[in-house]
Amino acid sequence: MEKLIGEFSLGLFFWQSLIFIGLFFLLKKFAWKPILDAVNERETSIKDALASAEAARNEMESLQSDNQRILKEARAEKETLLKEARITRSELINGAKEEAQMEAQKILAQAQEAIQNEKRAAVIELREQVGSIAMEIAEKVLQKELESNDKQLQLVEQLLKDTNLK
Amino acid sequence: MEIPVMVGAGLVVIGVGMGIGRIGGSAMEAIGRQPDAYGKIQTAMLIAAALVEGIGFAALFAV
Amino acid sequence: MPTTLNKFYSVFLFTIALFSAPYTLEAKESEASGDLKTEIKEYISHHLQDAYDFSLFSYTNDSGEHVYIGIPLPVILWDNGLHVFSSSKLHHGEDVVQSGDYFYKLDHSKIYRTDAAGTINYDESHHATNVAPLDFSITKGVTSMLLIAILMFFLFKGLAKTYAANGGVPAGIGRFFEPIVLYIRDDIARPNIGEKKYGKYMSFLLTVFFFIWFLNMLGLTPLGVNVTGNIAVTFGLALLTFVITNFTGTKDYWLHIFDPLGSSMKWYAKIPLYIILIPIEVLGIFIKPFSLLIRLYANMQAGHIVLMSLIGLMFIFRSWLGSPLSFGLAFAISIIELLVALLQAYIFTMLSALYFGFAAEEHEHH
Repeated sequence: MEKLIGEFSLGLFFWQSLIFIGLFFLLKKFAWKPILDAVNERETSIKDALASAEAARNEMESLQSDNQRILKEARAEKETLLKEARITRSELINGAKEEAQMEAQKILAQAQEAIQNEKRAAVIELREQVGSIAMEIAEKVLQKELESNDKQLQLVEQLLKDTNLK
Repeated sequence: MEIPVMVGAGLVVIGVGMGIGRIGGSAMEAIGRQPDAYGKIQTAMLIAAALVEGIGFAALFAV
Repeated sequence: MPTTLNKFYSVFLFTIALFSAPYTLEAKESEASGDLKTEIKEYISHHLQDAYDFSLFSYTNDSGEHVYIGIPLPVILWDNGLHVFSSSKLHHGEDVVQSGDYFYKLDHSKIYRTDAAGTINYDESHHATNVAPLDFSITKGVTSMLLIAILMFFLFKGLAKTYAANGGVPAGIGRFFEPIVLYIRDDIARPNIGEKKYGKYMSFLLTVFFFIWFLNMLGLTPLGVNVTGNIAVTFGLALLTFVITNFTGTKDYWLHIFDPLGSSMKWYAKIPLYIILIPIEVLGIFIKPFSLLIRLYANMQAGHIVLMSLIGLMFIFRSWLGSPLSFGLAFAISIIELLVALLQAYIFTMLSALYFGFAAEEHEHH
């Protein structure tokens, strides 16, 4: 202890305090304050940047999910539209088919009817002509055959024979 | 230095050495148990060791 | 087998050499060796103390005179008036200096007022009894501190400038110092003082850390100035910690000292305890900075003594084995001292922050 007190030099202590306190105030003003302020500013700016990046990412995510939703809706709409179109198409086709069939049948029936009628008329006409031709021929034959009595008698005889009354 | 003073100084050094040794050993054990708390344990160890050392110096310079 | 034998022989020879070298030397020139030992001892004790000139080296020339190479520094004395003269006039204690009406002489690294012949009287314990004037000299230590202060000022001012010029990012040497500044803020100040109040102590902590560290490092250069191993310097630093601690102390801090038990007991039960407790707490206020100043002083002093003794051993051994050995040891200790230089600065800062933390704390009463 005595050695320590003996070693203590007031002058050195005085200068040390003076230099240190001077250095302290100078550094405080010119170095530590700007350095710590700059570091703090940098840290807050980094923090802010990180936070804003996070916010941007969140927004992006929500946008993306929105897009997804809209896309899904559009797809669903397209699907329903397609389905409807398909149904309408098949309905249209079926309807057309049926109509055509009906029309065809009608035309067919009409044609058949017309043919029948023509045929009938033709048959009637034919029959009349054949009848008249047959009558003419029969007249001519009869006139020829029954020119003499003998022949008339012969014929009666023949006819009688042929009749063969039994 | 006279002989009793020298012996006293020796005793002080033994005591302080044991104290700091125990602090260091315990800190190692604690770090082994909880490696995550390394920083806190180191700080506490240094403070405790410094206090023991301070007492040792005070005694050494008093003799 | 031959290799083990060789090993054995080399160990054996090594041991012989180790023990025989100093003894043979001592046997041959015991007187010279004894002189050398005392000379080294004196040299070390001289080195540990402050000096009036910035000596770089000294040697003894052929005619037996000591020649000192160095820079003389101003000596400033207050002895019924200001006395200023160059330290080169003192001639390392060989000459008497007349300044005004008084004569001064250097004795064991201290200036005393003497008569014209320069007689210095000693008491029985070999202390000079002459009048010692108030000494405000710019000594070697003061010069070193000034140098370090100027260095620190321009270094950190430049660092602050690079922040402004570089948009908040350090450049050059700042890349090395910025992590240290941040370490002091984040690992020393914040956890010990607390998030709210650490800001106003930061300047002191940073200044004291770099001041001690740089001075410690300066002590490890070949200049070897032992500034932080000087009790006056460490006293000054610790005094500042003491003053700041007690002047920024909150109500809780003082309450903790004068009423440590709080409302946990009735007042009449506390009286007998407080007769013991309060003196201890009050003593604690002084012991804390005292341990700071002693720790730094003793560590740096011890480091210098060990290093210089090991270097001195080289000259005592003067053998092909001993000198390289002591060189190796000195080298190893130098590396340890590099660590100690940083560690002591760290511990001083750390403990200062801890004491500030005690002073600044505000907690709920328990």
